[in-house]
Amino acid sequence: MSKKLSQEEMQAYWGKTSKLMWTILALWFFFSFVVHFFALSLNEIRVLGFPLGFYMAAQGSLIAFVVLCFWNASAQNKIDEEFGVSDE
Amino acid sequence: MAGAAANSSFLQNLGKIYAIYTGSFAGFVIFLGILEFFGVPDKILGYLFIFLTIGVYALIGILSRTAEVSEYYVAGRSVPALYNGMATGADWMSAASFIGMAGSLYFGGYDGLAFVLGWTGGYVLVSILMAPYLRKFGQFTVPDFCGARYGGNAARTLAVIILISASFVYVVAQIVGVGIITSRFLGLDFKVACFVGLIGILVCSMLGGMKAVTWTQVAQYIILIIAYLIPVVIMSAQVTGVPIPQLMYGQALEKIAALETTLGVAKGHVAAFADARGNFNMTSAINFFALILCLMVGTASLPHILMRYFTTPSVRQARDSVGWSLFFIFLLYFTAPAYAAFAKLEVYQNIIGQPITALPTWIASWGKPGLALVGACDAANAAEIFPICRGVTGNGDGILQLSEFRIHPDAIVLATPEIAGLPYVVAGLVAAGGLAAALSTADGLLLAIANALSHDIYYKMIDPNADTKRRLVISRVLLSIVAVLAAYVSGTLGADILFLVSWAFSIAASGLFAALVLGIWWKRAGDASGVASMLVGYGVCMFFLITTEFYGPAMKAALGDIVTIVNIRGRQVAYLWGINNISVGIFGIPAAFLAQWVVQKFTAEASPEMQDFIDSIRVPAGDVRLAPGMSAKD
Repeated sequence: MSKKLSQEEMQAYWGKTSKLMWTILALWFFFSFVVHFFALSLNEIRVLGFPLGFYMAAQGSLIAFVVLCFWNASAQNKIDEEFGVSDE
Repeated sequence: MAGAAANSSFLQNLGKIYAIYTGSFAGFVIFLGILEFFGVPDKILGYLFIFLTIGVYALIGILSRTAEVSEYYVAGRSVPALYNGMATGADWMSAASFIGMAGSLYFGGYDGLAFVLGWTGGYVLVSILMAPYLRKFGQFTVPDFCGARYGGNAARTLAVIILISASFVYVVAQIVGVGIITSRFLGLDFKVACFVGLIGILVCSMLGGMKAVTWTQVAQYIILIIAYLIPVVIMSAQVTGVPIPQLMYGQALEKIAALETTLGVAKGHVAAFADARGNFNMTSAINFFALILCLMVGTASLPHILMRYFTTPSVRQARDSVGWSLFFIFLLYFTAPAYAAFAKLEVYQNIIGQPITALPTWIASWGKPGLALVGACDAANAAEIFPICRGVTGNGDGILQLSEFRIHPDAIVLATPEIAGLPYVVAGLVAAGGLAAALSTADGLLLAIANALSHDIYYKMIDPNADTKRRLVISRVLLSIVAVLAAYVSGTLGADILFLVSWAFSIAASGLFAALVLGIWWKRAGDASGVASMLVGYGVCMFFLITTEFYGPAMKAALGDIVTIVNIRGRQVAYLWGINNISVGIFGIPAAFLAQWVVQKFTAEASPEMQDFIDSIRVPAGDVRLAPGMSAKD
């Protein structure tokens, strides 16, 4: 149940939340930019007719974004429950 | 109260209600199909589609009318995550996504994927940086947050200015989209069509504000996604035998690559960062990534999207809702490249190299005056049959060469039903889908603008003692004024302004992103730093927008080699370091971060009370501990 966190608890809570944020931000950066830096080389590989570089920009990264959003939601829920600060 | 009871039974039965709605819509489409079979003319089918769907949105709008401030501004914070996701999907996907994007992909190939990536990836930023914290803050608008976080009216006013600059150019582009669709399917004059669209927009939003817009947007999402998927699924089944276009267009890409060699197309459809001759080009790569960055950061800053997450019942649902939003948006965006690939294959395989007399019938029906979306420009007088051919000289050999074929980007989605040989009723369905996309986005944007004016400017700054009734009257009057103004601007400026959508992203990204993110994630950031961030980010962005767009030659004279002049939109537009000026956010975004950091070095930190307030919005549970000077809830 909900309660006001102490100074130390707040620091620990925000530390975990920040760590999750930076992890997902790094993956976001990878799927938004880094993977497409290699589009020319990836296009040499073909899967089901798709050149891989094209596939990543048209579908692969998009799937990754959807997964990242749901993953963030569930991981943050776990952190909230661990500290007893979920609002549901 | 009877109203409250009806409301809660509505919320408990959402699944059932929207299932019945979807079933009725399918029945309606089948009914129109039967009418078509018995020879009812296409034009009447077009009218039935457009007026019946607008009628349904109006009905939802009227049923959702409200006299409560929190229902008007944030739908009573009662929208479950899944439905808020659908509403956000409709809010997000505009006429540009529905009709225009497949066309950009047809022409741009790999380069066009910057839009697909840029218009999806930003939701990851919304999820991790923004939505849960803004929801916890729990007021009505994005300027509310800026005002509370950065000490009052200066920050609030700046946020309102940025919000209006970004949203107004965006809403004008949406009404243009509505005008194009209604004028095409009803045969109305474009200006008249813009005002018909305006009625469609106002009936949804005026009486019920956010509550009405939310439930209409859910209905609009269902129509737009059905309308988008059906033609391309059937096309995929016809071309490849499997009705999953998103997987099967790989085969189409392979055939396109083979045909490109035969036809002598230098720049392949899938070639990344290539110039017109197909060689690697650094400027093309830089523009690709600059556009992605601006669109993604813009996504996480556009107030009409952020305010959708104010409507969920909890912080937890706000986070889930971002995931659902992106999922529903993803369904359309990962299908768009399939449209482009199948259309290109059809053109390369069945159109180019054919005798003019043996072309498929869709060329003639979409090329005729009034539509003018395609043209077979072989004969010298081809422009008489195909207006789009004006200025193209064919060789008159009776065979259609690649250079003699013209197609408008909008034709890719609009003509696919006919390319696949489907009845007209499917074309009408696509029009209804495009209209739903444009109307829903326009609704969300108008509401964002009107709320900023009525809540932030009128209530918070001019008359804080206004009673509920007066506030709602003011909101509705302002909404109507802004809507009429936007329709007037759209009707006057016409169809050449769709590039404004990309500007809206750069403006919002430059002005709001740094201030919002640092406001939540940098506790010590003080009032002055936030104001400086918005001022500098917005200023830099607008400065580069205006100078590059309107003072290209002067810029070239002043700066020399780093400026390239490009002739577009009837002007000499300056590209700094080769960067297309739709991505001016690339200068504004870092400027805003830098300004906030530098000003923070020399000015006061946030007060302990302010830092305590920030701690309280970082945690889902518990009260929001307002700092002195912030007004209480509502």
